Amino acid sequence: MKIILCQLFDILIYPGLLFLFAAGLTADWVDRKLYARMQNRQGPRWFQPLADFVKLVSKETITPKAVDSPLFKVLPYIAIAAVASCIMMIPLQNMDALLSFQGDLIVIAYMLTIPTMCLFLIGWYSSSPYAAVGSMRVLTQFFAYEVPLLLALLGPAVIAGSWSVGDIAFYYNAKPVMTAVNIAGLLVALIALQGKLERVPFDIPHAETEIVGGVFTEYSGKLYAFIKLAMSMEMIVVAALFSAVFLGGSLGLSGVLGFLVFIGKLFAIIFISALIRSLMARVRIEQMINFCWRVLTPAAMAQLIISIIVRAVYG
Amino acid sequence: MAKPLAALREVFKNLFTAPSTAGYPHAKACPDAGYRARIKYTPQLCVGCQLCVKNCPANAITITLLNPQDKPITGEDGKVTPPVRKFECKIDLTRCIFCAQCVDSCFKKALCSSQEFELASADKAALTDVTKAG
Amino acid sequence: MPKVIVPLGPQHPALKEPGNFTLMLEGEEIVDAALRLGYNHRGIEKAAESRNFIQAMYLIERVCGICSHAHATCYVTNVENICGLELPRRAQAIRVITGELERIHSHLLWLGVAAHEIGFDTLFMYSWRDREYIMDALETLSGNRVHYSINTIGGVRRDIGKEQIEDILKKLDLVESRTNYYIKLATQEPTLHARTMGVGKLPKEEALKRDACGPLLRASGVARDVRKDDPYLLYGELDFKVITSDACDVFGRVYVRVFEILESVKILRQVLNNMPQGPVSVKMPPKVPAGESVTRYEAPRGEDIHYVKTDGGVNPSRVKLRAPTLANFESVAYMLKGDQLADAPLIIAAIDPCFSCTDRMAVVDKLSGQSQIETFKDLRLKSIEHYKRKGIDFSKL
Repeated sequence: MKIILCQLFDILIYPGLLFLFAAGLTADWVDRKLYARMQNRQGPRWFQPLADFVKLVSKETITPKAVDSPLFKVLPYIAIAAVASCIMMIPLQNMDALLSFQGDLIVIAYMLTIPTMCLFLIGWYSSSPYAAVGSMRVLTQFFAYEVPLLLALLGPAVIAGSWSVGDIAFYYNAKPVMTAVNIAGLLVALIALQGKLERVPFDIPHAETEIVGGVFTEYSGKLYAFIKLAMSMEMIVVAALFSAVFLGGSLGLSGVLGFLVFIGKLFAIIFISALIRSLMARVRIEQMINFCWRVLTPAAMAQLIISIIVRAVYG
Repeated sequence: MAKPLAALREVFKNLFTAPSTAGYPHAKACPDAGYRARIKYTPQLCVGCQLCVKNCPANAITITLLNPQDKPITGEDGKVTPPVRKFECKIDLTRCIFCAQCVDSCFKKALCSSQEFELASADKAALTDVTKAG
Repeated sequence: MPKVIVPLGPQHPALKEPGNFTLMLEGEEIVDAALRLGYNHRGIEKAAESRNFIQAMYLIERVCGICSHAHATCYVTNVENICGLELPRRAQAIRVITGELERIHSHLLWLGVAAHEIGFDTLFMYSWRDREYIMDALETLSGNRVHYSINTIGGVRRDIGKEQIEDILKKLDLVESRTNYYIKLATQEPTLHARTMGVGKLPKEEALKRDACGPLLRASGVARDVRKDDPYLLYGELDFKVITSDACDVFGRVYVRVFEILESVKILRQVLNNMPQGPVSVKMPPKVPAGESVTRYEAPRGEDIHYVKTDGGVNPSRVKLRAPTLANFESVAYMLKGDQLADAPLIIAAIDPCFSCTDRMAVVDKLSGQSQIETFKDLRLKSIEHYKRKGIDFSKL
């Protein structure tokens, strides 16, 4: 009985849905506030993302007549489920994740592609020209950023000699110097993250001045609120993953201190992401693909080779 | 010539300067002293020439004489004094475009523009300025 | 690959006013583009005929929210020409000041809009913040931020004070330094280059063939500016350059507009530092005689042409206006073809379109059945004659 209650707590409250919900909305606010301040604006107050969410949920959900697939209504929840499952496998305030096994890094990487696939299908089933163009762009972009992102995540795994996120974090704690080896990998991953989360300069799939809302064009009300929430949650999950894989997790601390370290790292990653967003113009899809294949992927490859050499020499 | 992240310094500088946007309506907005907004009417100065009505591009002004029935008064010494004419001015704020042409047209300075610009109202009666003499 | 038709408008986030661009896409490439206007027809020309000359001035001013001074000045100059009024020099100077401030704010606004179209919102926010200096200057100068209403028939309505001149000069310094920063940013930021260079090509011959005007034409390497070619107000005595660029793409249009801000600052300094003294208006005659007049004016978006005809009555009997955007629309469909869907909003924005200025109605008289074809040659000869009367000789062109 107690085990079931504990598991329910994990799934529903921490680090499950409620925490992700709160953290996702907070991350959304921090991002918007930083973005606004960088542009010399005031930015929203702290409850704005929550207010947006509540307002959207209370609005009428309109399903276009041409939409004939039940998936249209289910996909936002699938995206949230996929994202929320990932958080179970990532160590947060301490060094151990709730679920930890060899190869969980790969599982997380693939689980995190589910929201992207959901976005593609959302656009596909929306039967609107904007959404169709948007979903084509989602898929095209996906093939461009996923390779460097995955290669960048492999670097730390090679150095630590483990496919488990917890082990990698543990290894980096034992040898903090090794963090420096993967700095380039972290940069590649952060840039690829902009593509994954569809943010400037890679917000091509929902570039509002070109294709209105992109894949979200036909979404409204509750469904739109949840798909937006899934994106915010994804931000937290990916930031937590980066903090564990590249930055040594909670640095061996646990409890409140460990939590603070974790939050600090999340903030740093969100800050860099907001900075990238405010510094650039949106590129075109073919420029994005060229950049990913000609610059990011070779950089990630080089990083991987360096990691292998470092592992062979010092491991 | 291309330099990636060219705006980095500017963005950091702005992160630590006060925002230039104002928190209106919590912070008051003060228009310039010469700003053209709500038109004020002084009935005592009006002579009823209707020039403002004629030149108003939005047909927002109507000026009516309130006491056309008043007769001139003949004093004891036989001097005839015309009656004090009383005017009523209606300015329809939903039509007014705040160009202040009426202020320029009025050679008696019975109309002047003020800086009151927060005129929105859900009450339709509040959107018509009625000024009566006496 | 199947062809997809994507409607850009009438309601679309990239357009600030309703207009329709139907794009035929092959993948991301635009293979065909069709243009449809007329969603914002307001009947201003007809409405002007039922108003007296002063009322019509405020109406014409509301043709456009950005170049309101351009339209109002163009109309007022026509009426003044018909009345034979000689404008005092101080009034001319104040009109130049308002016009150039308007040009700066319009170009800064455009820079922000163009940056927003390519997702560079930081530049959008910065340029609109700096535009506020100019808006404030216009507010103190005229009493409003958008519809300045500074003109009146025979002059201007408000004089400019000493403190205002100093205030504007101070703001100009700020705007100048910020513009220099934008020039630096535009020449350095690689994503900005990637989005603007080589996009929306409009070669010189095509631009001339399609009668483009304003910054669009100047960015295609043709130095045509009414302020230089047919000087009005004080422009004949002022020292300024016509900015051109041979880039023929969106980057060239950014270049032309940003450097034009600096030229406007230069013009403003010259005028503000040597303000002519004297009255700011002359009295309008009680009756406008019968007559007709055409005026050209270099609005921020290009050449603005107004025609006014009077019959001696209280109202103008015909007002015709051609906003610069109408001339530039011809080029849009050409520029869109062969570019990417992602570039479409930027290409449309690059002409700085103003739809409601543009939408007009043409009446064809079917009953009389008379038609007369004026060839290009005839029209050219007529216009050369017209300018010869004004003392400008174009016949060598």
